This record gives sequence, C-alpha cells and structure tokens, in this order.
Amino acid sequence: MKWIIKDLSQQNHFRQKIEALSQENLSLCYQCGECSAGCPIISFMDVSPNQIIRMIQLGREEEVLTARTPWLCASCITCTTRCPKEVDLAKVMDAVRQYAAIKKIAVPERETTLLQKLFMKNIKSFGRQFELLLISKFNLLSGHFFKDVLLGPVMLRKGKLKLLPTFTDNLKQLKQIFARAEAEEKIEETTGKQ
Amino acid sequence: MRFAYYPGCSLHSTAVEFDISTRAVAPLLGIELVEIPNWVCCGASPTHQRDSILSYALAVANFNKAELVNEQIGVQCASCYNNLRRALFELHHSDEIKKKVEKVAGLDFGNNVQVFHLLDVFRNQIGLEAIKEKVTHPLKGLNVAAYYGCLLTRPPEAVAFDDPEWPTSMDDILQTCGATMVDWPYKTECCGASLALSRTDVVQKLSHDILKMAKTHGADCIAVACPLCHSNLDLRQKSIEKKFAENLELPIFYYTQLMGLAFGLSGKELGLDKLIVNPWKLLEEKGIGSKKS
Repeated sequence: MKWIIKDLSQQNHFRQKIEALSQENLSLCYQCGECSAGCPIISFMDVSPNQIIRMIQLGREEEVLTARTPWLCASCITCTTRCPKEVDLAKVMDAVRQYAAIKKIAVPERETTLLQKLFMKNIKSFGRQFELLLISKFNLLSGHFFKDVLLGPVMLRKGKLKLLPTFTDNLKQLKQIFARAEAEEKIEETTGKQ
Repeated sequence: MRFAYYPGCSLHSTAVEFDISTRAVAPLLGIELVEIPNWVCCGASPTHQRDSILSYALAVANFNKAELVNEQIGVQCASCYNNLRRALFELHHSDEIKKKVEKVAGLDFGNNVQVFHLLDVFRNQIGLEAIKEKVTHPLKGLNVAAYYGCLLTRPPEAVAFDDPEWPTSMDDILQTCGATMVDWPYKTECCGASLALSRTDVVQKLSHDILKMAKTHGADCIAVACPLCHSNLDLRQKSIEKKFAENLELPIFYYTQLMGLAFGLSGKELGLDKLIVNPWKLLEEKGIGSKKS
C-alpha cells in the first residue's frame, strides 16, 4: 500500500477528533503490536489494530474509514487490558465508529451499523430490548431473510423470546435523553469545525 | 444483604434461566434481590460504540431508579455489569464527562451508587465457607470449565473484582460445590458476543475454539456468567458442530444453576429445561440432580 502523509492541518483534524472522542493520547503508542497479538478477531480483519492507530497518528482518515477493522472489533477490551502504554484501544475503535456515524460516512460492515441502529431504536421505543423485532427487522433489512430461522421456533418453545415488548414507564424521558444526546453531538460537531 | 437487582434485557428473555436460577439461589445465601422498578436497557455494546455519553446517560437513568430501592446494585449479566461499572468509573473520574452526561440525562448523578456482579458478591461478600454450608448434593465427578469471557473482568481498573487474565472466583465457588474444575487456557477468550447477528461466521469460529478447547482439556460442561457467552456456546452449538463437522455435546450452564444443583434444588427450580443442549444425559450419568423436586 502506498502511503502519502498529508499536510499537517489535515492530519491534525482527524487525529484530534478521534483523540477528543476517545479521550486518549495516541502519541503514547510506540507500535509494539501487543494489541494485535492478543486480538481474537484479527484473522478476520483487513488491517491490524496497531496499524489503525498508526494510520490515525498519520491522519490517514480515508484508510481508517474504509478498513473493516473498526467495525469488526468486538469490544472485548483485551487490547486495552494488555497495552503497556495504557492506550485504551477499544475506546479508540469506538471513537472511529462514532466519528463515521456523526459524519454520516458509509462504512464497510454495513450490517454491524444496521444492527446498531435497530438496537438503539428499540431502546428508544420500548425502554428495553425486544429481541423478536430486532431479529426480524435485521433479517428483513439486511436481506438475510432466513438467517437463524431454525433457532426462532426453538427459542419460542423454550420461552426465551417474548412475543410482545415490555414498555417501561419513562418513555418520554428516554426520548428526551436520546434527543439531547443527538443535539449535543451536533453542537460539538459544529463548534469543532470552527 | 439487600441489593437493587438489575436483571437487564437478556435475563427477561434469552437468558431467562439465569434469572430463574439467580432468584432461586440468592435467598438461600441470605441475599435479598429487589428488582429495580422500570429499569431501562443499559444500551449494551451497540450504544457505547455509537455514543459514549448516551451510554453513560442510560446508566444514570438506571442509577436514579435504583436509588429508590437501594444504593447497592446487583447485576448478573456481564454486559450490563460492564456498562454500568464503566459509566460509574467515568462519572467518578472526569468532571467534564459527568457534566455532559448529567445534561444529556437531565438527571443528577448520585455519588453513592455501587454496582456489584453477583459472582463477586457470592465469592467475596458471602464467602466460600457460607456456600459450603449450603451444599447438600456435591457435584461429584463433574468436570467443569469455568468460562468468564471478556466483560466480567475487563477493563480491570473499571470493572475487575478478579484477575483480568486469570480469574478464579467462579472456579472457587464451583469447586466448593464439589465440582472438579478444569485447568484450561481460554477462560477469558472472547466469544464474539456483539457480532452474533451481524457476523455470525466470526462468532461461530471463536465459539468453536472455546468449546473445542474446553473439551480437549477434559471438560464435561462449561459454566458461564454472561447471557451472550451462553447463547453463543449453547444456542449456536448445533450449527457450530455442523459447520466444523465435530461432535461437541457440551452442556452450557449458568454458574448459578450448578450452585443450585449442589444446594439440592431441582432442575425445574433452576430453569434447566430452558437449556438448548440437553444437560440430563450428563447429569444422570454423574448421578447429579433431579428434574422435579
């Protein structure tokens, strides 16, 4: 892969954003590779976790956002636990996902972000997760209509799937929390640009 | 000992047997669990991957509800536990984050809330002596691999009550219950949890490796403390066997179900009928437990 280091102002912006979202100092990383050595998902990734940090250090926004790695990270926190420089890489991966979502950038691993949207929508609508709706909607919208279709009846028979959602008593409050979170994000995004 | 009990979404659905067995075992050890009325979802991994402040705000909403019951919160789901504990950690360590979270939540954060995983409570507050006193039907001859997964012990500074790489609390408890604990290297490997729906292939590979490792090291069954680990290892075991052309046949128990069996509770009282991989062949072979009381 040919790497061209962009001018300083541009590399600073992406890096600063990721550092602000994650509250981590990426200068601490000295590329020892411990994070990648312990990563359980690495065989499925296209770029190793330590390379993601290096790319962010160098301001390589496009490479980071087109890599599958940040969206394959399972948030198992092994890297964070083992980093000799105490960089919370799991948080950095979260920050990359958050950055792409705020900027509405289309990412690889679309199914992971689809699931995320449906999952959060359920919380907003009911206050709790409603698995049957989550799975059906996910299958419908991802086009995998028959995915896990044999597991459904087994779980229903065992009483492990609710047929109806449970509504909590504070849906109005929850809607306000979600709305305020969205508004805060927009304010930070616009003030950050100035 | 009284706890504001936060079951979380899974314990009300896919992990209902974790809830059933917890409610059956806790009172025998003098623990009173009062479910937090109208608790809301902790947000789990998808929420903190999208917006950390929102994830902490959901925790504050739950802390506010819990305080009406008790300032000590007891949790069983490893994912809920992780989310609530990490929120607590961030709120205590950064005034900037606390201010942001309180603004989004529209609520004040009460500093006195504490969050415990019940495995921690059983091991370190109740203690092995008290557990031993309750054992009437030791799990003799049962070779158990204790599987802790990711979220129970990581990141250590925010959540750990045990060693992040080599935890032993579940081993200690089940050994006290008479089981033989398997020495195996995958105690804290990841099953792929949050990718279960979106990248099932990844989860199948990781879960296969965990099941296979337990089996190779002589386990008859696996004990877990997380609903996501459980569904990946139990519910998906059949498809994993098919995909990797292997016969695994490992019953996956919640650790409270095994405690309950040692305390003389019946399979029905512990929700053993809810398990997908049938545990009775193994239990009958070892002469442990009965289906009905």
